[in-house]
Amino acid sequence: MNHMSYRRRNWRQTVNTFMLGLTAICTMMVVAPLVWILAYVVRQGLPALSLTLLTQLPTPVGVAGGGIANALVGSAMTVGLGLLIAAPVGILAGIYAAMYPNTVLGTSVRFGTDVISGVPSIVMGIFAYTLIVLPQRHFSALSGGIVLSFIMVPTLIRATEEMIRLVPSSLREGSLALGAAEWRTSFSVIVPAAVNGLVTGMMLAIARAAGEAAPMLFTAFGNPFMNTDFGQPVATLPHMIFVYAVSPYNDWHAKAWATALVLITLVLLLNILARLIVWQRARVLGSLK
Amino acid sequence: MQPAIRLQSAATRNASLERDQTLKMSTEALCVLYHDFRAISDVNLPIYAQKITAIIGPSGCGKSTLIRALNRMNDLVHGSRAEGQVYLDGKPLYENNVDVVDVRRRIGMVFQRPNPFPKSIYDNVAYGPRLHGLRRRRDLDDLVEQSLQKAALWGEVKDKLHQSGLSLSGGQQQRLCIARAIAVQPEVILMDEPAAALDPISTLRIEELMHDIVKEYTIVIVTHNMQQAARVSDFTAMMMIDDHRAGSVIEFDATNTIFTNPRDKRTEDYVTGRFG
Repeated sequence: MNHMSYRRRNWRQTVNTFMLGLTAICTMMVVAPLVWILAYVVRQGLPALSLTLLTQLPTPVGVAGGGIANALVGSAMTVGLGLLIAAPVGILAGIYAAMYPNTVLGTSVRFGTDVISGVPSIVMGIFAYTLIVLPQRHFSALSGGIVLSFIMVPTLIRATEEMIRLVPSSLREGSLALGAAEWRTSFSVIVPAAVNGLVTGMMLAIARAAGEAAPMLFTAFGNPFMNTDFGQPVATLPHMIFVYAVSPYNDWHAKAWATALVLITLVLLLNILARLIVWQRARVLGSLK
Repeated sequence: MQPAIRLQSAATRNASLERDQTLKMSTEALCVLYHDFRAISDVNLPIYAQKITAIIGPSGCGKSTLIRALNRMNDLVHGSRAEGQVYLDGKPLYENNVDVVDVRRRIGMVFQRPNPFPKSIYDNVAYGPRLHGLRRRRDLDDLVEQSLQKAALWGEVKDKLHQSGLSLSGGQQQRLCIARAIAVQPEVILMDEPAAALDPISTLRIEELMHDIVKEYTIVIVTHNMQQAARVSDFTAMMMIDDHRAGSVIEFDATNTIFTNPRDKRTEDYVTGRFG
């Protein structure tokens, strides 16, 4: 009897170790490429990274110096405009989907979100091209911002919906029991309780949109000069990487790597910031239970 | 004396109850259904003004459903609907032209688990009054102090009104929720097992404060704890499920009578601890 249970325990421990090892290997298979990409971009990009790169405009081939200042401004313009359009729509739709999950509109919001987030971004680009660029007869930061807002909305809706759902329903009931109307409850109790989460959602949406190159080819198009006019084409970071990388010149390749490093750093910082906020949020809400 | 009381018929007992009391609320053949499931059925319950009415009964007999039907909180539950009627000061609550928000302002509620908002203690109490248009700082300050005093919490929090309501202990949070309900100056306060998540000392404090505030309010309390019902309430409604698992009030009387001389055998079994 004793002997049997000993053998069984041994077998259990072997299986346990094996499964644990398997999951560890799979985790490493996921993490390794990420570390590899990061390390490679840093190694290739760091030599060309300088203050000049961040502050100067692109120079013609062979001319020393030159940078991506125009793309930094262009990215800020398109992403900023995208967020300005997408944030109110995405957040309000997310609140609706979280508060009325069983209504026809609530279900269709969720279904629509899934469908839109599955549409390749280049298709969104062509759509915005047909809708805005063709009638206007020229590329523009405006069309770039609008196409980025299409890309941001699903992320925002999903993040908002999940964050609102994290707010315990007892808070909603508590407010309604004091004679508060539904909309007052949403805006005075539920949204403030979830506000950090909403900020997180925005950051994730920004991070996603900032890296989009394909739709930019059809909309913001690119511009070697500094432009702050929303009616005119602008350069963006991902598009700049594309332009520098497909060129046949070595110093432009180095700039492509450096630009990639800048973009990856910005996106990573936003993601880390978002994680920190979620983590802090979970601690605050945890004390409610 | 004792046998004479025992011989009183149910009808005369209820008649004598009604003579001395004013009716604040009542339910008339109230049923609540969740989809096709009848949770409570045919409930006729009087709720007297400035008295504490306790609702007792075994788990799952529909006590919470009943109390949540009284201020139409069940409207929030997907697929629920009510039949029959609830009256407040003689006016029906389940009518199309009734403003639910107004009903809930007049009939406050305290929940089983303390649910303070993640705001400061002050803002928690001031939330309701602000909602209903009170803006002047002085008036708000006064009302917050009064409400916290009535909820027997003022002394403990007066120096930290701007700390989070979540920083308080469970018992203090529940008294904060009571203060929050009082601040709206409701006519009726519904309490759904307000002490279920609290320790005995906190429970006692809540019971004491109920005694203090009942002079101004009408209170309905759901409780699992029969000693609590016996200690705090003036009237007790005993609920039980029927063969179709629908709950209803099987006996209503002065608390004293329910606990010493119940008419229904099931009530007697329950209050003497033979089941439930």
